Amino acid sequence: MSASTLQPAPQTPPALALVGQGVVRTDGHAKVTGQALYVDDVRPEGCLYGATIRSTVAHARVTRLALHPDDAAAGVVLVTAADIPGENVVALMTDDQPALASAYTKHVAEAVALVAAPNREQALAAAQRAVVEYDVLPALFDPEVSRGHEIRLFGADNVFSHLTIRHGDATGAFANPPAGSRVVEGVYRCGHQEQLYIETQGMIATPRPGGGLTLFGSMQCPYYVHKALKRVLGHTDFNVVQAVTGGGFGGKEEYPSLVAIHAALLALKTGRPVKLIYRRDEDLRATTKRHPMRARYRTLVDAGTGRLLAAEAELLFDGGAYNTLSPVVNSRGAIHALGPYRCDHAVIDALMVATHTPPNGAFRGFGAPQAHWSAERHIDRIARVLGLDPLAVRRTNMYRDGDRTPTGQVLRDVGIGIVLERALERAEKPLPPRLAATRPGGGGPAARLVPSRGLALAWHGCGFTGNGEAALKGKADVALEGRDVVIYIASTDIGQGPETIFPQIVAETLGLPLARVRNAPHDTAQVPDSGPTVASRTTMVVGGVAQKAARKLRDALAAEVGFDGDFDRMLAARKSTANLRVQAEYTDDGSLVWDPKTYQGDAYPAFGWACVIVDLDVDADTGEVFYRRLVQATDVGRAINPVLCSGQLEGGALQALGFATSEELVLDAQHGMRNNRLTNYIIPTALDAPEMETVLVEIPFAGGPFGAKGIGEIPHDVPHAAVAQAIERATGAVLDRLPMTPERVLAALDTAAEPSA
Amino acid sequence: MKIEFTLNERPVRVDVAPMARLLDVLREDLRVTGTKEGCGEGECGACTVLVDGRAVNACLIPAIQLRGAQVQTVEGLARSERLHPIQQAFLEHGGAQCGICTPGFLMAAAELLHREPHPSRAQVREALAGNLCRCTGYQKIVDAVAEALS
Repeated sequence: MSASTLQPAPQTPPALALVGQGVVRTDGHAKVTGQALYVDDVRPEGCLYGATIRSTVAHARVTRLALHPDDAAAGVVLVTAADIPGENVVALMTDDQPALASAYTKHVAEAVALVAAPNREQALAAAQRAVVEYDVLPALFDPEVSRGHEIRLFGADNVFSHLTIRHGDATGAFANPPAGSRVVEGVYRCGHQEQLYIETQGMIATPRPGGGLTLFGSMQCPYYVHKALKRVLGHTDFNVVQAVTGGGFGGKEEYPSLVAIHAALLALKTGRPVKLIYRRDEDLRATTKRHPMRARYRTLVDAGTGRLLAAEAELLFDGGAYNTLSPVVNSRGAIHALGPYRCDHAVIDALMVATHTPPNGAFRGFGAPQAHWSAERHIDRIARVLGLDPLAVRRTNMYRDGDRTPTGQVLRDVGIGIVLERALERAEKPLPPRLAATRPGGGGPAARLVPSRGLALAWHGCGFTGNGEAALKGKADVALEGRDVVIYIASTDIGQGPETIFPQIVAETLGLPLARVRNAPHDTAQVPDSGPTVASRTTMVVGGVAQKAARKLRDALAAEVGFDGDFDRMLAARKSTANLRVQAEYTDDGSLVWDPKTYQGDAYPAFGWACVIVDLDVDADTGEVFYRRLVQATDVGRAINPVLCSGQLEGGALQALGFATSEELVLDAQHGMRNNRLTNYIIPTALDAPEMETVLVEIPFAGGPFGAKGIGEIPHDVPHAAVAQAIERATGAVLDRLPMTPERVLAALDTAAEPSA
Repeated sequence: MKIEFTLNERPVRVDVAPMARLLDVLREDLRVTGTKEGCGEGECGACTVLVDGRAVNACLIPAIQLRGAQVQTVEGLARSERLHPIQQAFLEHGGAQCGICTPGFLMAAAELLHREPHPSRAQVREALAGNLCRCTGYQKIVDAVAEALS
């Protein structure tokens, strides 16, 4: 079957001056010269240092809370919930999380109180030796028994979210299996994963000369911080400014609201600027992680081809102690649960429950990497059970134009076939012999290394789910200021490139050189609410709004000068020197239909498609996996900046390889992270990483600027599944649980059948 | 304790505790903040600087070891307006994303290129294995270092 029979060939997009060019990132010079100012590089005059007193038990009433007498005598300032002028809440989806758990704590490492002192060491020491006494309560750690448990954490039944997607008639299909069909069942698990931005969480709160506060710090979403602070302070006399931010990956979506609240409370009480920077061990122990998952899949398949006839997928996620954004993770996990494969009769049941574990939250992929793990491992299981080639089973089932997803969405411009063919073209043929013996860190000449290759397929919905974008109406302003054009957006650069991509889009639209277009600082006093920097939506959705605003600016200028032409000619004809600022907001054509009650309809305006091929060696003696080469072909719609675009995809893929084999959270008796250091929470280094080849496939999305789709999350969706397939192909070891640490690989090798290839 | 050393070819004099971390001497005492802290225990390499030409983690070096030393940080890489070839290569190849690890990578790479102007990709990966990046997957960093002087 050739790609052309499956897919429309991607159109060759017209060559443009800036869009599609790998221009050097506009913030690059500051970053390579050390001039870029991250939050900890800034020290306001008279700045105090904050630190957080954290609970040491999972569930307790706090019976006593006081500074050590020496610290109290030395003038260290203590802030508790009693100092909160407004509500003691971190406003997000629900109001269940307190800003300070001064009376009652629901997870270890929860912020109980705060201190401020003239220097960092003194603040940390005071937080460390503060007196906190507890009346310890029984804790609930097992998500399997959380729903309806007598120990109550959330609502009436400990359920943050429960949803069921019904498509066709799965019950009927299982009840009347056709001749030649077979039932295949499997259980799949993922552990926690830490985002591990290299810059820890940090915020500075500074009292403004004229009253109010300025919050300056590391964050993805200035307006989340704004929304949360408003409730805690009881007013809006403050502004939130993003510092240059050292990575986020979702970890700086909702968590910085808490850090900002804490810094603000300390600044209010002391009347001084307060800087609050997390230590690495503290950051790892206290902040949100990727949700652990357990999934059960039961499918009815055609025994000859592996075609999916019916499926029941049941997903269980551990949300931790507070709701955070867990319902959205549950939703995205459910929608992506069957992978990019057609199944006409399906029931997907996704449950997100509470436990007394530090809350899990946003992380690149939002449940989709866990769901894809299950889907891809299950396809491999079907192939194994039926004695079929895993790739053939994928080809049999993968979506084609006109197919319906489990939510009933009819797919158009399906790119899965073409990304598969493009990735296969770039994979080395045949798989070269082992390399790892000579590789630094490899097992040496005597190592028994088994080379192998694995392949996995992904789809990823871009932007918010369903009517999310239409309801939010993200805004962007574009202004003529002198001869330059300034873009006002709340979307932040956390490394992925909007400081460059937005000017590229707007400059291209107006026919200006890049040097004359820039983003304004991401300060809530200056920029409108564009929505959060999440969900693979920044370029595709907010970029589109910025493009619309640029067109409005051109129209406004044309109206002012009385003719429409070259931007600079219009500018030369302009009499006024006043700034000219216009705003646009997100609208769509209303063709997307979505029912959040039944989870039926058009889940996303566009899907990205990806194929990942991983070449690796398995060390048969140690269970270690050595990565050689990773090819990914991804449908990006249109790469506004191919260098930034492929950089995102490569970084996401390596994050997934860490999830695959090395990143494991070890929990202590209170369910706090025990290996909360970079010494023992192991992310990949340059030596662990494979050489990567990244193929950008461009199937344009009419709703995105110049055809662009979101690409931030899809690279994290399936590399881990490709690794599992490669290990199985090489050794027969079947791994259905992440991470696939050397210990688990060895255990699986012990029980493995004869190698299948 | 008063300590004199050379920072980016300029003599400096600080009065600090003998066991103060070089990282804090740079960032807090001298207010030279291009060098970043990622973990504080020598694992991430974000604070990599050159001391007498060797790449070290500034979070693990006590001030007392600095007497008379030549210390070079990211601020000392460029010659006035002219970027060091490794800085230029990072820009062109997309080696910096969020940028927090970038100064450390640049210093580790500068040491490698001084030793080995045309390193193989394997040599680059080994030389940079003490620096963690979470954004790039290292591909564009390795590209930048391998091709910086070509």
